Amino acid sequence: MSELVIQLTRVGFLALLWLFVLAALRVVRSDLRSASGLKVPVPGSEKKASGKQPRTAPKSKSPRQLVVTEGALAGTRITLEGRPIMIGRADDSTLVLDDDYASTRHARLSMQGQDWYVEDLGSTNGTYLDRAKVSGPTKVPVGTPIRIGKTVIELRS
Amino acid sequence: MASTATDPGKPRPPGTGSQESSAPSQPTRRGVELVMLAFAAVIVTSALTLVSINQNSQPTTQILYYGLAFLALFGLAHLAVRRWAPYSDPLLLPLVAFLNGIGLVLIHRVDLGNAAEAARTGRTFNAAAPSQVIYTALGLVLFVLLLAFISDHRSLAKYAYTCGLTGLVALALPAVLPSVIAPSINGAKLWIRLGPLSFQPAEFAKILLLVFFAAFLVSKRELFTTAGRRFLGIDFPRARDLAPVLVAWAASIGIVVLERDLGTSLLFFGIVLVMIYIATERAVWIMIGLSLFAFGCALAYPLFNHLQQRVDVWLNPLTSESGYQLRKALFGMATGGIGGSGLGGGYPSIVPYAESDFILITAAEELGLLGLAVLLLVYMLVTTRGLRVALAARDSFGKLLAGGVSFAVALQVFVVAGGVTGLIPLTGLTTPFLAAGGSSLVGNYMLVALLMRISDSTRRPQQPSKPRPQQPPIAEAHTELVERPR
Repeated sequence: MSELVIQLTRVGFLALLWLFVLAALRVVRSDLRSASGLKVPVPGSEKKASGKQPRTAPKSKSPRQLVVTEGALAGTRITLEGRPIMIGRADDSTLVLDDDYASTRHARLSMQGQDWYVEDLGSTNGTYLDRAKVSGPTKVPVGTPIRIGKTVIELRS
Repeated sequence: MASTATDPGKPRPPGTGSQESSAPSQPTRRGVELVMLAFAAVIVTSALTLVSINQNSQPTTQILYYGLAFLALFGLAHLAVRRWAPYSDPLLLPLVAFLNGIGLVLIHRVDLGNAAEAARTGRTFNAAAPSQVIYTALGLVLFVLLLAFISDHRSLAKYAYTCGLTGLVALALPAVLPSVIAPSINGAKLWIRLGPLSFQPAEFAKILLLVFFAAFLVSKRELFTTAGRRFLGIDFPRARDLAPVLVAWAASIGIVVLERDLGTSLLFFGIVLVMIYIATERAVWIMIGLSLFAFGCALAYPLFNHLQQRVDVWLNPLTSESGYQLRKALFGMATGGIGGSGLGGGYPSIVPYAESDFILITAAEELGLLGLAVLLLVYMLVTTRGLRVALAARDSFGKLLAGGVSFAVALQVFVVAGGVTGLIPLTGLTTPFLAAGGSSLVGNYMLVALLMRISDSTRRPQQPSKPRPQQPPIAEAHTELVERPR
């Protein structure tokens, strides 16, 4: 093997290593936009699906994320997809709280039409929508804090 | 990239997703994982080819078979992930495969150097690469088993105290066993040898103790922050709440110090500290921990002879009596420079333990700063992916466990890389996935399996909750006479 070929393979291999890192970073970038990695809007594929654009980006008031703002799970985000969200200490809840003030099945968020409703499931300490105790299914505006025990969540669009 | 399961941009009409099977709304991204695994296999194969070219032997088709075997091994792990954890992080397995593959090539390369040296001096030597391949396979088997048998990481929390006790016993085992079974190697009594098999229980104890600390801190976190006594503006928890942690912590560190393995004790110390910090969100714990650490160092320094030796080597690598290894390592790195000598072109086997403790130096000499930076970046990616799993976890136990696991990887890399480059005193920890060492490799695969399991639970679409039998309100229920159980 000539010296030149050896030098070229040396440089080529380093380039290959960096390509691997770049490819990995590309994967990282593609799901940067959602904290939990639930929705994966790849920049390239958005253009492909531009025909369905009005559905994906309704910059209206319909909430798309549930964000925990206070409590042990602060920072957790869950993408809303129309399925009801169960909150409580039960293991199969969507948001599992480890909080002495929360009940096993504490509250449920569910979607009716375009709006989300919060409903208390007979919890011991109650569910509060912006300081008002929730007694029946109550509509949740975007950005209004819901307090469950020590946890505060809100919907964001 | 085209095989990314489902079209990620496609919106799902709201309100129709009652059945999970009918609307797989989230891309599982397993296609990305397969592509990246193939990429890693290509890199490993070409690395092996380069080694054999630069060692003046003709590349044979056997190298291709090695590459294919590597891909097949990780392909099987990939299939297991598809089966048991389809929504887990797509990057963790390829990154780990990359590190492991590069590690195998580097170990093989050091073996070649050692073989030449042994042939020259007429001594015998044992190649480390074949056993490392076996341990890789074993690690992947355990990885798959863990994914298959632990369907929900939260079930681990139920065995917290069992895990903690088993972990402590495993940690203490080499120290108390007779030296026939637990030989003392290089002044440290860490290994257990059963026939041809030898392993380090501390690596597995690490996993068990991580589970214990996570579960324990989750159940007691409230008490830590509310039931304490305030002193100097800091809330100190009551001693009885903290006792199990302190006992486990002191025991694990004490045992390890008695076994003369300072690296592992540093690792345990750091992990517990960070997990308490994550659980309580009080930065003051870091301060308390660091001052405890400084205090401990000052206390231990005059007592332990080999600690003084390490510090001396660190301060004066060129003049110190026992600084031979670090001296050679520094010169090796200087030889490598920016671009390295090319795989197979340097003399990494001059450094003692170039295939295990000093494998980063081997990489630095043959791949240069550019290559070493890639390895460190990949470690960083593994850590950030792990912390991301922790951020996204929907339950506190998973959050704490994932945070602890990813911090453990980061701390280990820092201690090793800092040690071999002369930034901090050298301590004996293994470079995760890269260095020759079976227990560490297998243990780290188990940690990655736990991370993948937690990550799967965070990204998996929520199943609609099971319909519960509708119970009539208690007021309408009939009064029943029930026989009292005897």
